[in-house]
Amino acid sequence: MAVLFSRPQSLTDTPFRYCPGCHHGLAHRLVAEALDELNLREKAVGIASVGCSVYTNEFFNCDTQQAAHGRAPAVATAVKRARPECFVFTYQGDGDLASIGMAETIHAAARGENISIIFINNACYGMTGGQMAPTTLPEQKTTTSPLGREAAREGNPVDMMKLLDALEGPAYLSRVVLTSPGKQAAAKKSILRAFRAQMKGLGFSLVEILSACPSNWRMTPVEALHYVDEVMAKYYPPGEVRVAKEVLEG
Amino acid sequence: MVEIDTERCKGCGLCVEACPRKILALSTEFNKAGHHPAVLLDPDRCIYCLACARLCPDLAITISKEAETV
Amino acid sequence: MKDQVELVSGNRAVASGALDAGCRMYFGYPITPQTEIAEYMSAVLPEMNGVFLQAESELAAINMVYGAAGAGRRVMTTSSSPGISLMMEGLSYLATAELPCVIVNVMRGGPGLGNIAPAQGDYFQAVKGGGHGDYRTPVLAPWSVQEIYDLTRTAFDLADRWRNPVFILFDGLLGTMMEPLRTREPIPERAAPSWATTGIFAHGANDRAPRSIYTLHMPEGALTEVNRRLQAKYREIAREEVRYDEHFTGDAEILVVAYGSVARSALQAVRVARQQGRKVGLFRPVSLWPFPEEALHALSEKVRKILVAEMSSGQMLEDVRLAAAPSCKIDFLGAMGGELIYPGTILSRLQEE
Ligand SMILES: Cc1ncc(C[n+]2csc(CCOP(=O)(O)OP(=O)(O)O)c2C)c(N)n1
Ligand code: SF4
Ligand code: SF4
Ligand code: SF4
Ligand SMILES: [Mg+2]
Repeated sequence: MAVLFSRPQSLTDTPFRYCPGCHHGLAHRLVAEALDELNLREKAVGIASVGCSVYTNEFFNCDTQQAAHGRAPAVATAVKRARPECFVFTYQGDGDLASIGMAETIHAAARGENISIIFINNACYGMTGGQMAPTTLPEQKTTTSPLGREAAREGNPVDMMKLLDALEGPAYLSRVVLTSPGKQAAAKKSILRAFRAQMKGLGFSLVEILSACPSNWRMTPVEALHYVDEVMAKYYPPGEVRVAKEVLEG
Repeated sequence: MVEIDTERCKGCGLCVEACPRKILALSTEFNKAGHHPAVLLDPDRCIYCLACARLCPDLAITISKEAETV
Repeated sequence: MKDQVELVSGNRAVASGALDAGCRMYFGYPITPQTEIAEYMSAVLPEMNGVFLQAESELAAINMVYGAAGAGRRVMTTSSSPGISLMMEGLSYLATAELPCVIVNVMRGGPGLGNIAPAQGDYFQAVKGGGHGDYRTPVLAPWSVQEIYDLTRTAFDLADRWRNPVFILFDGLLGTMMEPLRTREPIPERAAPSWATTGIFAHGANDRAPRSIYTLHMPEGALTEVNRRLQAKYREIAREEVRYDEHFTGDAEILVVAYGSVARSALQAVRVARQQGRKVGLFRPVSLWPFPEEALHALSEKVRKILVAEMSSGQMLEDVRLAAAPSCKIDFLGAMGGELIYPGTILSRLQEE
């Protein structure tokens, strides 16, 4: 028998704790496949953040540290500088990365820290029950924007790709969705490029994954899947934003 | 062979949605966690496209095939 | 290398102590009166193949300490009062994850932005917690440039021995004043401990199980278990790591209790009072946590009165009250907002007797 599809080595056997249809699981798989393909598992130190993915330390089959809310880029910065031979990645939600940890994110990017960030943008605070995030879309209803986000009241959303693209430090920036096998292939390519950027010592790399949170969006998993493509991806267009040419070489 | 680990399955239905052959469905039975797990209705019509496995957030689907027919 | 004597500031002594203890990683953010430490580290660490990084904030700095400590390196940060407040979140995580590291607070006047004058208003913050949750950190309070160096080296060993963050607490007066410093043979950085997240492949350990450093303990009873283990450790530290210093206490009837720079004024006052025939002594806690309560209790049973001198509204005073025998009278001499406590002021209080 030839196995065509099975669990990557870089995931433990522990079942995910995510809600049915949550894209965190899809993102985990792609990250783990990328670690497998580049033989990074044994060198990797993954930094978990605070959000629904707080347990990533139980799911990735490599050394891990769990950072305080928002501080993963600072923790990763130090781990990489402490052990340059390690492969260091963080896995962070949008509340974690773009709100409470905005300073850590921007400065790690500006310095061009040689780390890789997987950024799960689900347009809300999943873990705490679906409050508004910096990335919450205009008109999107959350438990703390019950009337729908309105610029005059709740303020405008943050587009991390645009922000980060203003900096010199990043070597690779890309936004992806995981809603179909074809789009997952593109996402995987982005993750591999981000990881290669670090392996080549090119500096900061980040992949933003537009990710469904069916529970807090009050949708079925299938509705949420379509919402990512039809609504979220319209506001936050997927695609590569920054590709240092050395990323593609060799 | 499409194997569904019914205890890992959370009955989200993303595999059902993804299958181009429409040969997956959610069972009316419950698994231990109280979800309706996915079931493969007609294995013979499977084209091994892996779409179901790739869309499964819980890695509940494993796919393998007789070596010579790969 | 022979022992060397140099005339340096307390801030420099922190840096030298850390480097001689094998610390090669420093993260910090500028704040008076201790920025000299960062400046010095930024000049020497790169040459030593070490890491100096000016963080974007103290919040980032302390979390960098977390990352580096978790990766098994000797690491330190230094700051002053307002910056230390920002580090308190990180400190709680460091203590819970049991990560060894050294944090230096060169205290200035508070609360708020306060001023940049010497003060001892951060005693509660350092000794009683500061961050959230039931944790403790050993706090060492040097009173001279030499002792800053010595205790900085000690702090790294304590941090490793107990797998715990260790605080060094002194004020800006000690940080900026110059005294002769005798340094000792430097040691190389120790190897990564067996729990550190070094990558599975490190040191040829190709198939070891993944290691994780985390502070979330959700399963029922798990956090209680963690707390029990931590408290057992703290009890052991409290037994084994008490440090203090005594001067003229043998026959003392009045005991001055002071730490850090105030203890220097106190010793001067005690010396003069002795010359005047007064039976006074000085008790100087060196570890503020664990507080030398037994030693102080024993003395409090012999003396008539204790005078606590402290550059705050009376923070260590509370620990002295808890430690002292109920029969012992306790007086307080405080100073706030960056006022110093001079030997003359203490002497006049001693002469009131
Ligand atoms: C300092 C601090 N503030 C607030 C929280 C509470 N909190 C936990 S997770 C979270 C939001 C997480 O949202 P996000 O990063 O978007 O991750 P998601 O759950 O959506 O994947 C918040 C506010 C916390 N743990 N720590
Ligand atoms: S709350 Fe949302 S992000 Fe969190 S596990 Fe559930 S679906 Fe996923
Ligand atoms: S492999 Fe393709 S055809 Fe077969 S069940 Fe899965 S999705 Fe359907
Ligand atoms: S995608 Fe996975 S979890 Fe969802 S129903 Fe199918 S097998 Fe079950
Ligand atoms: Mg989120």
